[in-house]
Amino acid sequence: MGQIQHRRPVHWGLHLALLPMAVTAIVGYLATVLWSVGVSFTSSRMFANTNFVGLEQYHKLFASERWQLSVYNLVLFAVLGISICMVLGFLLAVFIDQKIRSESVFRSIFLYPYAMSFVVTGLVWQWMLNPEMGIQSAVRRLGFADFQLDWIVSQDKVMYCIILAAVWQASGLVMAILLAGLRGVDEEIWKAARLDGIPPWRVYVSIVLPMISGAVGTAFILQAIAAIKVYDAVNSMTRGGPGLASEVPAKFILDHLFQRGSIGLASAASVVMLLTVVALLVPYYYLRKHQAAQQGAKA
Amino acid sequence: MHALTKRGLAALVAGMGISGAALAQKAEVVHWWTSGGESAAVQELAAAYKAAGGTWVDTAISGGDNARNTTINRIAGGNAPTVAQFNTSLQYHEVVLEGMLNNMDAVAKEGNWDKILPEPIKKFVKVDGHYFAMPVNIHNPSWFWYSKAVLAKAGVKAEPQNMTEFFAALDKIKASGAIPLALGGQAWQEGILFNAILHTSGGADLYKQFYSSTDGKVAQSPAFKKVLSDFKRLKGYVDPGSPNRDWNVATAMLISNKAGFQVMGDWAKGEFAVAKQTAGKDFGCFPGWGAKAPYMLEGDVFVFPKSKDPEVIKAQQLFARVATSPAVQVAFNAKKGSIPIRTDVDMGALDICSQQGVAALKDPARHLPAPTQLASPEKKGLLDDAVTKFWNTDQSVDDVAKVLAAALKG
Repeated sequence: MGQIQHRRPVHWGLHLALLPMAVTAIVGYLATVLWSVGVSFTSSRMFANTNFVGLEQYHKLFASERWQLSVYNLVLFAVLGISICMVLGFLLAVFIDQKIRSESVFRSIFLYPYAMSFVVTGLVWQWMLNPEMGIQSAVRRLGFADFQLDWIVSQDKVMYCIILAAVWQASGLVMAILLAGLRGVDEEIWKAARLDGIPPWRVYVSIVLPMISGAVGTAFILQAIAAIKVYDAVNSMTRGGPGLASEVPAKFILDHLFQRGSIGLASAASVVMLLTVVALLVPYYYLRKHQAAQQGAKA
Repeated sequence: MHALTKRGLAALVAGMGISGAALAQKAEVVHWWTSGGESAAVQELAAAYKAAGGTWVDTAISGGDNARNTTINRIAGGNAPTVAQFNTSLQYHEVVLEGMLNNMDAVAKEGNWDKILPEPIKKFVKVDGHYFAMPVNIHNPSWFWYSKAVLAKAGVKAEPQNMTEFFAALDKIKASGAIPLALGGQAWQEGILFNAILHTSGGADLYKQFYSSTDGKVAQSPAFKKVLSDFKRLKGYVDPGSPNRDWNVATAMLISNKAGFQVMGDWAKGEFAVAKQTAGKDFGCFPGWGAKAPYMLEGDVFVFPKSKDPEVIKAQQLFARVATSPAVQVAFNAKKGSIPIRTDVDMGALDICSQQGVAALKDPARHLPAPTQLASPEKKGLLDDAVTKFWNTDQSVDDVAKVLAAALKG
């Protein structure tokens, strides 16, 4: 700030090479986003039209009980799911960081769920949790007649089933990111801590965790974005049921876009989701910038 | 890249001299008939079209929503297929209003559609005096199916003739240890069950009033509230594994004699057929109480996206002519489980369920429109949301009646 900017020579060749990417981003991404925003202010049903109705679709959206329920479920899913994922992922990373034997085997096992599509694993979860053919009936057949595991068919508990499956899938990814961060921590710090007699858990919490805050932030943002657009988990496990108990915003949008011929309403819902993502990303962006500026000042 | 490869291939094919006359009547057909019985049925159409000199390009897309969405996107994007499937409903009327479909008036006149098509079907394919869609079959999405073995074991001697007898039969099945009602707990299946109770418990008039209501008053009436409580009472006859069960898994519960009744469309017959079960012997079917029960008429149609190219129009007209011809109608519908769109064909090959359907088709007093024919997809969606919530929670009848009334007002 306040420094004289050095004018660098313009590399036209570089710009030319980046042009296709830029065009794709602008036309394929920004333009379609703007188009959706535009449509959300119209009365569009099956086809997009230009009959502007102001905020009517947004009124309709927030008056809809299903949307309110979807948003509530999303908040529950995000808060609980991300917290568990982060804690579990961190513990797994610490566990693997202990230089254990056959580390790569464990790493693969923990990361494996992430490599598989939810369309498949969600179906397996659905079967396992189904009271008539899953774990419940299997345990009952073993002789425990009172055993009960019917969360997936329960109005109040179905979301916890989806969170369980999502945590199973995503904590491996958090582990991988945080492990990379842990491996970047200088050995000298550990030696110094050992010399001072500081217990390892204290080193992790008070020294290492702040040092890998960048990795933590990345893992958090990835989780947050995945949570906001969660669809496959719900669709393959419960299809939003029983009733409306596990509806989420992404499913609301797809249903209204494709089944119910309400492009306007679906666009309004997508705009709300986009704003949520932006609201999450902007603080992160400024935090990063702030950190970079601080590091720059130190150097 | 993809387009280039395609073009390259086309050039190659042309160079080899294969293209030519055959291309003249090339029809790309978008449909969603992908299950075993369905694809056997569509093969009948394709074979007949090829025999009539056309080239059939098959674009099967799994799932009605996906297929319809693809069609609409391609029409809007200017790359429309030649022929595309919809349901006999209001689904495509917005496309008609946008002026994006060719009409089939010439074929209709020649085939005398005005006379051969049943009135409730004609109402949806003829828009503003023009035939914008070609019906291909008639489905009833509201049948009661039952396992003969389960009912016999429970001591249920005859098909129920009213709501009281139906509940009595369910009680007997429950006492015998079987599951009285097989239900797939997905919103659309709960909707099918609700509609069946609406037109059996409430009657055809109440059903029609409900779906065509714009002020929502009917939802608050005592008669309608009785329907709601009858519907909810059925929950006591459904097993705990119901939520998110697929419809064919529910049908399999009847086939394996685990459950007594299922309410589902006549496509369920395909499942019985695959399991080598015969209507009237292993399983029974009835559309409602008694011989004069209301009979819901829905089904599939094909529409013909707008094109000025005379070759495309020729291909579309050939398609409409072939698919509505008597021989093709019989062959196609026998495999599809539906009934033909015309009653002037040989019905001997149809099973006893379809014969009930044909009898109902001949009696206009029994005709009942499907919900998608009376309410827009958006409104139907709101009603489905309310019904599935009511079924799955402990919401009170008065409360859901209020929500339904508001949804009807739109």
